[in-house]
Amino acid sequence: MAEEHPILVTSDLTIRFGGHVAVDQVSCSFDRGTLTAIVGPNGAGKTTYFNLISGQLHASSGRVTLNGEDITRMSVPERTDRGIGRAFQLTNLFPTLSVRENVRLVAQSRARKGFDLFSIAESHVELLERADHVLAEVRLIDQADQIVSALPHGDQRKLEVALLIALGPQVLMFDEPTAGMSVDEVPVILELIQKLKADMDRTILLVEHKMDVIRSLADRIIVLHNGELVADGDPAEVIALPVVQEAYLGKAPEAA
Amino acid sequence: MLTKLLSGDTPRSGLLTLLLLIVLISLAFAPFLFPGTKSLETAARICIFIVLVASYDLLLGYSGIVSFAHTMFFGIGAYGTALALSTTGPSYWSLIWGTATGAVVAAVFALAIGLFSLRVKAIFFAMVTLAVASAFAVLVSQMSWLTGGEDGLNYRIPRELTPAFKLVDEKILGVRINGKLLAYYLVFFASAALFLLMLRIVNSPFGRTLKAVRDNAFRAEAIGYRVVWYRTTATVLSAIMAALAGSLLAVWLRYTGPATTLSMEIMIDILLMVVIGGMGTLYGAVLGATLFILAQTYLQNLMGVAAEVTSAVPVVSTLVAPERWLLWLGVLFILSVYFFPSGIVGRLRAGRA
Ligand SMILES: Nc1ncnc2c1ncn2[C@@H]1O[C@H](COP(=O)(O)OP(=O)(O)OP(=O)(O)O)[C@@H](O)[C@H]1O
Ligand SMILES: [Mg+2]
Repeated sequence: MAEEHPILVTSDLTIRFGGHVAVDQVSCSFDRGTLTAIVGPNGAGKTTYFNLISGQLHASSGRVTLNGEDITRMSVPERTDRGIGRAFQLTNLFPTLSVRENVRLVAQSRARKGFDLFSIAESHVELLERADHVLAEVRLIDQADQIVSALPHGDQRKLEVALLIALGPQVLMFDEPTAGMSVDEVPVILELIQKLKADMDRTILLVEHKMDVIRSLADRIIVLHNGELVADGDPAEVIALPVVQEAYLGKAPEAA
Repeated sequence: MLTKLLSGDTPRSGLLTLLLLIVLISLAFAPFLFPGTKSLETAARICIFIVLVASYDLLLGYSGIVSFAHTMFFGIGAYGTALALSTTGPSYWSLIWGTATGAVVAAVFALAIGLFSLRVKAIFFAMVTLAVASAFAVLVSQMSWLTGGEDGLNYRIPRELTPAFKLVDEKILGVRINGKLLAYYLVFFASAALFLLMLRIVNSPFGRTLKAVRDNAFRAEAIGYRVVWYRTTATVLSAIMAALAGSLLAVWLRYTGPATTLSMEIMIDILLMVVIGGMGTLYGAVLGATLFILAQTYLQNLMGVAAEVTSAVPVVSTLVAPERWLLWLGVLFILSVYFFPSGIVGRLRAGRA
């Protein structure tokens, strides 16, 4: 694995908000077909690190490269086109549209049909089928016709994951995907991530607080603390490190 | 077949279907059902405003963009046709090139405003449109050598579209079959075609994307949509449609001036019609425009009658004096927004079993 070119690399990636350095010279590379867990206390900069990779925020300094191409200055949709996809920590959906339409829009974007002005959207059956296929995977098919804003929180979290699966990018970033889900819903999502991981082409970055989840899924853990990368390695090793124990002290490991 | 014509976007409510059918039939047979110059004027205005209001809803309702420049685009279309007819004579060729030029100029303006200001905050776009529209109105009234200034332009249109042209000598169903009637049907069918075209656009993959951008632009970007391009395209399409509606008005009135096309009052009327009918549904534009223009045209008369009847009662008769019609329109508006926050169409659709 180490011989292969990493798919995603961040070099000295830094962002400052005023005087506050939220991500501080993080250099890290991610190999194809691996799942890396990113841990760290609240405010460590995990979400901000994701934002820098997927383009919602632009780096103050440092670089992001994908497949050897420098994407640091690219816009969000340009990065999406190149294979970076993201599920959000705070649910971020199309609230007035139906569940199916939310996923269909992703399929439509992938099929590059957004600028088709004169056909009827519903006549593109393949997009609807794709949407229903993904909805069946995340067990949301029975809610397909509901309006998203009326959906319970757990189902919205599932839909959040469904959008990312429908996008089917090379690099998938999950930001606490199971936070706020009921215990019986969590395994559905973990199983899906497991399945995505089995597809060797994909690279997964997962922000997660639940240590048991990390143990069962991650090939590697990196630890962020005050925006800095403080540990990087095998799950068992990293979890044993004092800095990690410390970071999770005063915060129940199972809490979201 | 019919569903296809409506782009799969059926009214989805029995009462709404009925109301729309009443409007459609009334407009289609207006010259025969409501003889008289004033009612024909009203019917033509309703047709044109349905297109204008629907094109505004494309922005406000479907894309979540607030613009105050819609009457500017309406005016550009009207002046395009008017100037062509007054400079190159009352031929169909003038009609076509004037209308096409108006639409192209409107598109270019919309593209420039969109690319310049849709990248930033929504409020900035609204302010830019307000500024540009005001400047444009001033410019039109200043350049009187070209535009006729505040007086506007009077011009002739192709003879076949004027009352002087008789198609048949006898009256049919008590109605003269003349050029005015042809002009009405030109307005009617052109409006219907433009409406159906817009209905197709909002139900296309593009239209669906607009709704997504409106709902959550941030997420739309994250799934690969270039939000600025979509917003700009919506602005351009909306401007073209408004310009075409303006051209229809120019043909119908044989007059184009600031008061009939560019005034802020019309801009506010359009806003009210969209909101009353229901944002984000083109059928709302049909009902909003119809009700509003009927009220605008006949409320004054109705109040005149009411004032006479109640002339003995002091306070009431002042309240219903015809000059107060705008007040009552305001009251109607507030009531309708209060009781139907999602517009008439939203209310009717929600009410279905
Ligand atoms: N747009 C912003 N402007 C200013 N400060 C920001 C911005 N985004 C993040 N920050 C700050 O950067 C720091 C890191 O935040 P971030 O959301 O990345 O933490 P996190 O590790 O994801 O935490 P959590 O576990 O709570 O999700 C915080 O102090 C936050 O207040
Ligand atoms: Mg976070």
